[in-house]
Amino acid sequence: MKYKSQKVAYWFFAFSMLLLILQITYGFVMGFARIGMDGLHEFIPFNTARAVHTNLLVVWLLSGFMGAAYYIIPEEAQNELVSVKLAYVQLISLAAVGVTAVIGYHFNYWEGRKFLEIPRPLDYLVVVNVLLFLGIILLTLFKGKRRTTTALVLSMGLLFAALLYLPGMIPFDSQVLDSFFRWWVVHLWVEGVWELIMGGILSFLLIKLTGVDREVIEKWLYVIVGLTFLSGVLGTGHHYYYIGVNKIWLIVGGIFSALEPLAFLAMALFAVNMYRKGEKKHPNKLALYWTLGAAIVSFIGAGLLGFAHTLPQTNLYTHGTLVTAMHGHLAFWGAYGMIVLAIISYSLPNLTGRKLYDSSRGRMAFWLANIGMIGMTVAFGVAGVAQVYLERKFGLDFMKVQKEISIHFVVLILCATIFTTGVILYIVDFYKHGTPTDEALESKE
Amino acid sequence: MLSKKQARAFFLGGTLVTFLIFIGLTVYSLSEGNDQSNKENLTASVVRGKEIWESNNCMGCHTLLGEGAYYAPELTKVIDRRGEGYVKAILMSPVPWQPNGRKMVAYGMSKNEAEDVVAFFKWIGKIDLNGFDRIVSPLAKKKINN
Ligand code: HEM
Ligand code: HEM
Ligand SMILES: [Fe+2]
Repeated sequence: MKYKSQKVAYWFFAFSMLLLILQITYGFVMGFARIGMDGLHEFIPFNTARAVHTNLLVVWLLSGFMGAAYYIIPEEAQNELVSVKLAYVQLISLAAVGVTAVIGYHFNYWEGRKFLEIPRPLDYLVVVNVLLFLGIILLTLFKGKRRTTTALVLSMGLLFAALLYLPGMIPFDSQVLDSFFRWWVVHLWVEGVWELIMGGILSFLLIKLTGVDREVIEKWLYVIVGLTFLSGVLGTGHHYYYIGVNKIWLIVGGIFSALEPLAFLAMALFAVNMYRKGEKKHPNKLALYWTLGAAIVSFIGAGLLGFAHTLPQTNLYTHGTLVTAMHGHLAFWGAYGMIVLAIISYSLPNLTGRKLYDSSRGRMAFWLANIGMIGMTVAFGVAGVAQVYLERKFGLDFMKVQKEISIHFVVLILCATIFTTGVILYIVDFYKHGTPTDEALESKE
Repeated sequence: MLSKKQARAFFLGGTLVTFLIFIGLTVYSLSEGNDQSNKENLTASVVRGKEIWESNNCMGCHTLLGEGAYYAPELTKVIDRRGEGYVKAILMSPVPWQPNGRKMVAYGMSKNEAEDVVAFFKWIGKIDLNGFDRIVSPLAKKKINN
């Protein structure tokens, strides 16, 4: 680490890991409910487990992104964070809002809007929290010695993510409009501005890990985020096919969302090529695994599996089935889960001074988590395709089909166990690094 | 070879153009003549029904318009499929409904609340879904045709 204030990133990462474990726990609650073991129904019915599972996912990723920004921005801008104290206040208030929301979900305090279950009053607190975060980051950048493309793209992603939260707060009487603008948040996040955040982190990591010239890496970063918006903005149409809006979206959404995988393909090629070009001297092999892994798995999960159901002719049959859950898991994991784990793997040794660069535990964590997650994706996928045929093609009753496919959830739970073992090993590694210390400060060349 | 400046122009230009088209299409598809969301039939009862739907996070188990969770049946066209009485009975039941072993939360709604939710479902059932309703609820179609 080069700046003392970067240490605050550690606590965002630690919070992130805690939520990841909780998210997985609620995933198991749902997995077991699906094979008939729903003993917790009284206290944690499926809809509670699901809201907690998906919201914790979003919050651990956001906390990871924030930690990444607190680590990356000082180094890129060559400036200490403007206020470390406020950064801690921001973390604590983030945790407070998160905990309140999650507890609320157990007591029917929520809004049943997928992914945006946080009730409106708490939304305002989220807004304040994010404003505080952006204030610290943007001021640090503004007052810094240099403004790099990497820092700009990362900050731009974070700023737009905050702005796009707002359309989701507008109240509507019509379910159709509610859903229409909900996608401005959900879709334009994961297939738009979050890709900027991912691109920014990826570019930072590649510059550090491969030693390739910054100018080359940042040029391609522009191309990638250019492709992202070019396809992703109008690609929003793939959620508008069948919710009660005009047919124009079938054409526009179909064409542009079919182009979205290009951005992910570009990201994968970019990462692999920079690695090839680089000097391969950096000792932090684990960070390299996660970095290249994120670029490749996101192409499979988001690019290929997204494409698999994005054309209107296919989506007509798969819309609202477990096929969506298949894609949702590998896409979130590959793109955003893995990039957060990558920046953590890179920064931990620098923050704590313990250079656990290539432990076999760390490598096991990588492989088990990924193999487990790919297995889960296959289990969801087989269940989903069977569901599409039985229910949508042959017209069988919903619950009859669910009984037919419940065996795939046994497989899901087995693969989830492998995945969880990997995650636990990762967290053990995290813990073994100890806490950040000023002794880890390096000279600023 | 592409320069960094050109790459940036590609990013900024592409973003601006697609964003403007996106706003344009949004206005177009929500405008009077093109609206197909059945908004003229939004009654107070439907809105109360939506409120109940939301405040209980029904979408955390069911899908509606194909959106939500995959644990419980799709509810677009549910009134055509099951009839009003059946749906009301489920909503008003004081014990978890579980004809196939999978439990629903016992909401024990009042008659008025259940009627609002039914009104909401009926309203949903009349939205023009570009053909999705025929696929998502083949059983409803069979019932209507017989
Ligand atoms: C990292 C990027 C991505 C993430 C995290 C992601 C995640 C998700 C999630 C969670 C859903 C379910 C949303 C809901 O029903 O509320 C979804 C739906 C969908 N995604 Fe993605 N996605 C990504 C990229 C893509 C890409 C690049 C494509 C297309 C090529 C795509 C195509 C789709 C389609 C068509 C649906 C709708 C499924 C339905 O009709 O039920 N996604 N995505
Ligand atoms: C032990 C591991 C996990 C298990 C057993 C699990 C299980 C599940 C289940 C059963 C659902 C609900 C599907 C339904 O509505 O019926 C779900 C939803 C979801 N999970 Fe997981 N999950 C796990 C880990 C993860 C991880 C690590 C991520 C992200 C990186 C994730 C992301 C999601 C998303 C985005 C959804 C919503 C999908 C959609 O609506 O299409 N899950 N999960
Ligand atoms: Fe999307």
